Amino acid sequence: MTLVITKNFAGPNMARLDVAMKHGAYVTLEKILAMKPEAVVDEVKRSGLRGRGGAGFSTGMKWGFVPKDTTKPIYLVVNADESEPGTFKDRAILEKDPHLMIEGIIIASYAIKAHTCYIYFRGEFYRQWELMERCLAEARKVGIIGNNIKGSGYNLNIIAHRGAGAYICGEETALLSSLEGYRGWPRIKPPFPAVEGLFGCPTIVNNVETLAVCPFIIREGAAAYAKLGTEKSPGTKLFSVCGHVNRPGVYEVPLGYPFAKLLSEECGGTIEERKLKALIVGGSSVPVVTGEEALGLRLDYESCAGCGTMLGSGGVIVIDETACAVQVLADLARFYAHESCGQCTPCREGTGWSKKVLDRLEAGLGSSEDLNLLLAIADNMQGKTICPLADALAMPIRSWIKKFRTEFEDHVRLKGCPFPS
Amino acid sequence: MNFHLTKDRETKAHEMIARYPKKRAAMLMVLWLVQEQEGWISEAAMGYVANLLEVTAADVYDVVSFYTMYNRKPIGKHHIQICNNCCCRLRGADWLVNYVKQKLGVNVGESTPDGKFHLSTVECLASCGTAPMMQINNDYYENLTAEKVDGILEKL
Ligand SMILES: Cc1cc2nc3c(=O)[nH]c(=O)nc-3n(C[C@H](O)[C@H](O)[C@H](O)COP(=O)(O)O)c2cc1C
Ligand code: SF4
Repeated sequence: MTLVITKNFAGPNMARLDVAMKHGAYVTLEKILAMKPEAVVDEVKRSGLRGRGGAGFSTGMKWGFVPKDTTKPIYLVVNADESEPGTFKDRAILEKDPHLMIEGIIIASYAIKAHTCYIYFRGEFYRQWELMERCLAEARKVGIIGNNIKGSGYNLNIIAHRGAGAYICGEETALLSSLEGYRGWPRIKPPFPAVEGLFGCPTIVNNVETLAVCPFIIREGAAAYAKLGTEKSPGTKLFSVCGHVNRPGVYEVPLGYPFAKLLSEECGGTIEERKLKALIVGGSSVPVVTGEEALGLRLDYESCAGCGTMLGSGGVIVIDETACAVQVLADLARFYAHESCGQCTPCREGTGWSKKVLDRLEAGLGSSEDLNLLLAIADNMQGKTICPLADALAMPIRSWIKKFRTEFEDHVRLKGCPFPS
Repeated sequence: MNFHLTKDRETKAHEMIARYPKKRAAMLMVLWLVQEQEGWISEAAMGYVANLLEVTAADVYDVVSFYTMYNRKPIGKHHIQICNNCCCRLRGADWLVNYVKQKLGVNVGESTPDGKFHLSTVECLASCGTAPMMQINNDYYENLTAEKVDGILEKL
């Protein structure tokens, strides 16, 4: 199996520049610096790489949206805010091969003609930020980043920045507000960041994993990358698996890989071989699928869509028969209620009320009307807000009630949770 | 009340400011310097930051009150943050919260009387695969068991 991202994860001290370089870090620099930026964009376009932050939009195409005639500075911003429940794959890259991401940053910055890049770390990633500061300092010292990189005349300054605890700052426009020193409030699109982003300038926001793929594409060629995975979902993807499995962790597999295989081979099956009840495949925001559906699911964008869900960030949450559906959904609602930035009424009120109603259902104090109430709240949230955070709770509400309705009704009928706490 | 960053930190603050085309963009990084020094961010400190970044004190307060990691009052020396998001709860977070509560004799949101520990529960810390877990100040502690928790708290 070809490994694009995790190839050197097992190596000790990969954060040290000399060790990373022994493993091939930065060999692509001479190649790209001899290419036209447009050719780098084309190469990434041809590879079929899709953004790994959740939305799955074509990376090369997004890079191409930077206005050609702009006189303003252009920025690259790296989204290292990773806070979607179930998602811990970017953290693995930041800890185990940080130079791979820096190399990706140089490639992306050169391609979009940016001379400044900000990396936005979630506030809790203190150690990862600290490590990155050291890596950047080392790279600066030997002229891999800074002015006139390898005598090419190309300048690139990379700055590591820390957030301070707010999931919403993972949403790209909220991230930009935060980076400018404001509350992390999402902005209405358009204008899209590629046209008017950081400090009002053209800005490309990319996820850590997306950038970590770029060195492979440049080194081995777009065709080599496109050969991996499926035709419409090329390449490999990191899946961070958690919940009721024997071996949770971060696994790199080609897109299109069967979930059943990931579960049994990489993750060693469910704990005590208990029955799989439900699967959240792409981070907490995506619709849940039942255990049966999950066992037939392939891990690529199209198969997930075909199953009524989304590949999202690749945060895989495995849930077995011992878990209560109402409790899991109540936990998700609490998360979104806590993280709503409060700008939009449907989101601020909807997430808060969903949490209250689900808490009362779980406590056995709900009524049969509460299910319709929850569905009505979901309808009033989805598609009616500035950013998709409200949708990110509306989708789980609809799917959990649709697929596990009897369990919600049992809580009402029994006036309590049938699962041992 | 007067507030000042130490000389070293003030130098650092100016380095931070130079990293952005607009002074205000250094806000979060400068607030981190304040919290690193004091353990929390007082109104006097907000006034100082406002001066430094050429914004109003209200602008600074607006930011400080939005982000959960900035403390607006003094808390214990070691801030224990246990993740009790849904993924951690699937792998024993409830047990961990109760264990630490009993061990320290405090509820979530409280500090020990000697001011040594402060206990919070938090949402996802991107550590779902190594649950149950907690963050204490800048460090993650993962795959926790009772023995591990005992050992960690004893050393602090
Ligand atoms: C509520 C919300 C939270 C998000 N959190 C993250 C995140 O933590 N990390 C991330 O890379 N993208 C996150 N995204 C997606 C970003 O908005 C953006 O699409 C992404 O960073 C683009 O990078 P990519 O094209 O390389 O995927 C989030 C989106 C939403 C709506
Ligand atoms: S949908 Fe929610 S999180 Fe997004 S901008 Fe509106 S209030 Fe904020």
